[in-house]
Amino acid sequence: MTAPADAVLPPRESLLERLRGQLRNLAPLATLVALVALFGALSPSFATLANLGNVLQQVSITAIIAVGLTFVILCSEIDLSVASVANATGILVAFLTVQDASVNIANLPLPGALAILAGFAGCLALGAITAFGVTQIGIPSFIMTLAMLQIGNGICALLVRGQIAYSVPPLVNTLGSGSLGPVPWIVIVAAVVLLIGHLVLTYTRFGRYVYMVGGNREAAEHSGVGVAAIVGAALMVSALCSGLAGMLGVAYFGSAQQNQFDNYLLDAISAVVVGGTSLFGGQGGIGNTIVGLLVLGVLNNGLDHVRMDSFLKILIRGLVLLLALVVNVYAQRLRTRQRLTA
Amino acid sequence: MTSAGGPSLELRGISKRFAGVAALTDVDFALRPGEVHGLVGENGAGKSTLMKIIAGVHAEYEGELRLDGRPVRFRSARDARDAGIGMVHQELSTVPELSVAENVLLGAQPLNRLGLVSWRRMRTQAQQQLATLGIDVDPTLPVGSLPLGLQQMVELARVLLSGARILILDEPTSALSPPEVERLFALLARLRETGRSTVFISHFLDDVLLVSDEVTVFRNGRRVETARAAEIGKPWLIERMIGAGHGRLEESYTGEIAMQERAETPVVLDAQHLAVPGLFEDVSLEVRAGEVLGIYGFMGSGQLELARALSGKLRLGAGAVRVDGRPARLRGGTPAAKRAGIAFVPESRRAMLFALEPVYRNISIAILERIGRILLHPRVERRIADALVRRLGVRPPLVDRPVGQLSGGNQQKVALARWLTHLPRVLLLSEPTRGMDVGAKDDVVRIVRGLRAEGIGIVVVSSEPETVLSLADRILVMRRGAVAREFVGEAVSKDRLLAAA
Repeated sequence: MTAPADAVLPPRESLLERLRGQLRNLAPLATLVALVALFGALSPSFATLANLGNVLQQVSITAIIAVGLTFVILCSEIDLSVASVANATGILVAFLTVQDASVNIANLPLPGALAILAGFAGCLALGAITAFGVTQIGIPSFIMTLAMLQIGNGICALLVRGQIAYSVPPLVNTLGSGSLGPVPWIVIVAAVVLLIGHLVLTYTRFGRYVYMVGGNREAAEHSGVGVAAIVGAALMVSALCSGLAGMLGVAYFGSAQQNQFDNYLLDAISAVVVGGTSLFGGQGGIGNTIVGLLVLGVLNNGLDHVRMDSFLKILIRGLVLLLALVVNVYAQRLRTRQRLTA
Repeated sequence: MTSAGGPSLELRGISKRFAGVAALTDVDFALRPGEVHGLVGENGAGKSTLMKIIAGVHAEYEGELRLDGRPVRFRSARDARDAGIGMVHQELSTVPELSVAENVLLGAQPLNRLGLVSWRRMRTQAQQQLATLGIDVDPTLPVGSLPLGLQQMVELARVLLSGARILILDEPTSALSPPEVERLFALLARLRETGRSTVFISHFLDDVLLVSDEVTVFRNGRRVETARAAEIGKPWLIERMIGAGHGRLEESYTGEIAMQERAETPVVLDAQHLAVPGLFEDVSLEVRAGEVLGIYGFMGSGQLELARALSGKLRLGAGAVRVDGRPARLRGGTPAAKRAGIAFVPESRRAMLFALEPVYRNISIAILERIGRILLHPRVERRIADALVRRLGVRPPLVDRPVGQLSGGNQQKVALARWLTHLPRVLLLSEPTRGMDVGAKDDVVRIVRGLRAEGIGIVVVSSEPETVLSLADRILVMRRGAVAREFVGEAVSKDRLLAAA
């Protein structure tokens, strides 16, 4: 309990100790640099400006989802419904848009602006249900969002009934598949969402509460912080980001259909965790998530540039995720050495 | 097993450093067979560190450890356990959901012919083991349903059954009622007869003097002196523990404290007929401006839960709470209590501090909405924290340090500092000085007096008589979830307080 003498502190942390304290942030960055160097050396087509654009475009949808997920994981909760909510929102917007005559869906066309608003309302409604279940009923987020994953899939199934829709409102179309000069709009949107996420987490009271709730929920409660409201809000932010990603994703893919986002659940969680945001909450942030996104993006893209069994790629991604988890938990243990003496 | 007369456990020249700071310096210590050896000292004096070395928790140290005359070096807690050293921590390691029998025989369940657990033999074996300790308890009950004193007995039974010859008890009496303490002491006497030795670590000097054969005092990581308990008294111990005379606290250990009359100032906290089913019933209390109300009771008497309920953390089953005459809607949880003007500092620092976050964020968390509705203003936060840290004497006065790096007493000051910029109307303090050394306790007493002078109502709940006596103007004693007695306008001593509980 009481190790060293009262009121006596270790002298200033040594450089090594400080580096170890930063392991959470340094390890992902080092991984990124190493991967870029590796693929750059192995393939002349990797380290080009055009390919950088590819990488950014490939991670954009994941990035938008990962921003919301960062809020949730910082609160030491999880949201497994992100891909499903994205899918449902994308399909809902398509459902409310005039489709080509060949599309055999009994849809309800609305003006584009209304369809977009309905999309946001839809994902927020799903987020609100999740938030209610987690904070008011007390269902663990892991289970609650698993149920929401099914519900989202169910909504998708009912709306498209095995068919494929193609049209979305023009604004969504532009942001999802258009370009501003050489830069795809989706990259810009992702960058803006990342920036907003970062600003909210770093400079607002809500952001501070997110960190404090994740750092020590009981202490936050004893400080008079409305823990339920903060956790609920984080889950709503996650649903909102997923919804946005879902709408733009339909334009990006060029179609709206069941299960088209399925890979994004794992990708978004991987990005947040590989970036070094603590699985236990309270540590990390959007900066970490950006690094995590780039590590995953470079890995996926780079493996395409080197000659490799494409089936091996899946295994490699799994191993990288495992390694990141090891570093994550290890970093947590290092930090916890400074635990309270109570 | 032991050479006649020679110590069963002997430590020579033990030194231990943590991150360059000496925790123990050249400590010698000897434990004879059949001896109860008391270990006293302020927090951070090195008692726990020494015991953790003996119990194999700290494997890195200088010096030599001898067991029955042979040098040993434990690499792990398991090593020590196998060598017959059993440790019972303040925080028990029983499994509350499992039955008494399962806990007593944890890891040594008797099997039947099919290789399955034999529940019948488990029950009888456990009952026998407990009977040898003089304990009669239904072995099928879940341990969590027993009073703390019995839970401790169950853990002791398990440790003894696993073959411990040397017992280390860390603060074994701090949560026990007097009859439970008596039972524990009777048990230790019995163990003494069987040749087992006990190290008895405690802040409760009366208990140490009563039960020990010898007492060793530690200060600043050194052994100060060892003496026969029969030949010394409490003043002798206190003198050596702190090395110099000290003020109010000594009084509260020994003398009588005069309680105040009920204050004439307005009532700030008015709670009527509060109840939480199963924890406390029909408790009413009033706190006036500039008054400290102490609520004392043994562990499990309901006083901690009462504070929790007043803070909005625990839902009240019945009753009404008013702050400054206005109803406080505590159903809204801690945010509602805070809006009503009630602030709470819980008994566990783990439950109130963010260990990895810097000091200033730990302080500003309660007032962020006053600094800015939407945006943060870290510079203002740091300035406020800096002033408070200096005013309260937090060492070191660095607001960017993670609070987890501070010592316990300094952490407590940070937790208090949280409520000092915008004073609440009512401040609830649960065990505000638990586990602190004398100096830090005096600091807390000073801070609480300062707050009282500002005219807020303060409630101190504790199961340590010294805490209540050194802080309160008026004392309520709780027993089994109800108010048993009030001390107002009369002299109280520790004895009378204990007698009332």
